[in-house]
Amino acid sequence: MNLQSGAWTFFVEHRDEIFGATLDHLTLVVIAMIIAILIGVPLGMFIVQRPALRAIALGVASIFQTIPSLALFGFLIPIPFIGGIGKRTAIVALVLYALLPILRNTYVGLTGIDPAVLEAAEAMGMTRAQILFRVRFPLALAVILAGIRTATIITIGVATIAAAIGAGGLGTFIFRGVALVSDSLILAGAIPAALLALLADFLLGLVERKLRVS
Amino acid sequence: MNTKLVLSAKKNIEFRDVSFHINDILSRLVLSGITLEIPQGETLVLLGRSGSGKTTLLKLINGMLLPTKGEILVQGASTRDWDPIRLRRGIGYVIQDAGLFPHFTVAENVALVPTLENWDASRTAARVGELLTLVGLDPSEFADRHPRQLSGGQRQRVGVARALAADPPILLMDEPFGALDPVTRAELQREFAALARRLGKTIVFVTHDLREALLLASRIVLLESGRIVASASPQEFLHLDHAEVHAFAASLDMTPGASA
Repeated sequence: MNLQSGAWTFFVEHRDEIFGATLDHLTLVVIAMIIAILIGVPLGMFIVQRPALRAIALGVASIFQTIPSLALFGFLIPIPFIGGIGKRTAIVALVLYALLPILRNTYVGLTGIDPAVLEAAEAMGMTRAQILFRVRFPLALAVILAGIRTATIITIGVATIAAAIGAGGLGTFIFRGVALVSDSLILAGAIPAALLALLADFLLGLVERKLRVS
Repeated sequence: MNTKLVLSAKKNIEFRDVSFHINDILSRLVLSGITLEIPQGETLVLLGRSGSGKTTLLKLINGMLLPTKGEILVQGASTRDWDPIRLRRGIGYVIQDAGLFPHFTVAENVALVPTLENWDASRTAARVGELLTLVGLDPSEFADRHPRQLSGGQRQRVGVARALAADPPILLMDEPFGALDPVTRAELQREFAALARRLGKTIVFVTHDLREALLLASRIVLLESGRIVASASPQEFLHLDHAEVHAFAASLDMTPGASA
């Protein structure tokens, strides 16, 4: 009771600050996701045509995913141009995390198409580009979006750790709360982050269901 | 690019001593020494067991595969010299699972080649209506459906309509009715036999079903282990004295009343 009312009072008193941090958090996530999609989807389309690169691309993306997030942020700090303290480094790390689900789902979606459909497309005289853009890509879209959805949720979570390298966002409250042993502060970061993740999951789920062709 | 070739009336498709082998470790010979002439308007049925090379022979005609040895002339030009895209747009293709695009409506599926060939919208729409009617589907009821909303038989009808869309002189069919239930299959076979006679196209039809071959063919070519072992009209075919012909004839006796 005490905790709840304490947290609630804190929320009300600091609503502007929490709202600002949520916006910062969202900005980090959106920028990272846009970059990850711009890299992951075309790369996925590319490795469908180049089997030799497939193992390398998916392997490298998997390795990034296995590095603990706090360590990845740390590793990036000394690297010139992309590293240092602040938002830019955080975005680089978030992109590296988001890449695997997007890349893998793009690849799986594009290759998991009924062979009869692809045979018909080829036999009817569609060019490789037409098959890719008019057949493979539209049919893979729901699977690609499922990857984007997974990546977004991961990114919203990992972005809280970005506060450790001075990138701002909801993690600021969590780190401060841990340092000051304040549940209210931790919750002020954790609850909006959880709500963001649920909201993103719900909205992207809606789009995904619309795109699914059975 | 051989865009327009004068349609040679006599030999529409010609195989000249064609061999094809898969380039794997075993280097398996799929087809060997195939020499075959298919005149305009013939319904040629390629009959054979699974793995006899029927589908490979079919895919050599539209350049999906190129021969290891020899050459295939389609309307007078070798499939090696044809631009594969142009060649295929002039050849209709129907396969067992129809291979309809699940994200396209029936009308969009049928309109595929006209769309690729940039026909104007009204001409395409008119053609789609005409074709759906031709294959026994009411355009007002079926045009806007998606393939998942169709039965297997209806999907195959759409597959046939799609293959005929740009009025190609040649039609290739790879066991188009093979996955249907026996009743629907018999229905489609009868309708297609009538349709084929009416259209006057060169049709190459692959099947392992002798009953189907006898119903549809103007000539039956029997393949065994990648070689042509018999070629005859349906009337003569059963009288041929060849072990593989006997084997197929026996399959006919063993399944009275069924068409499989």
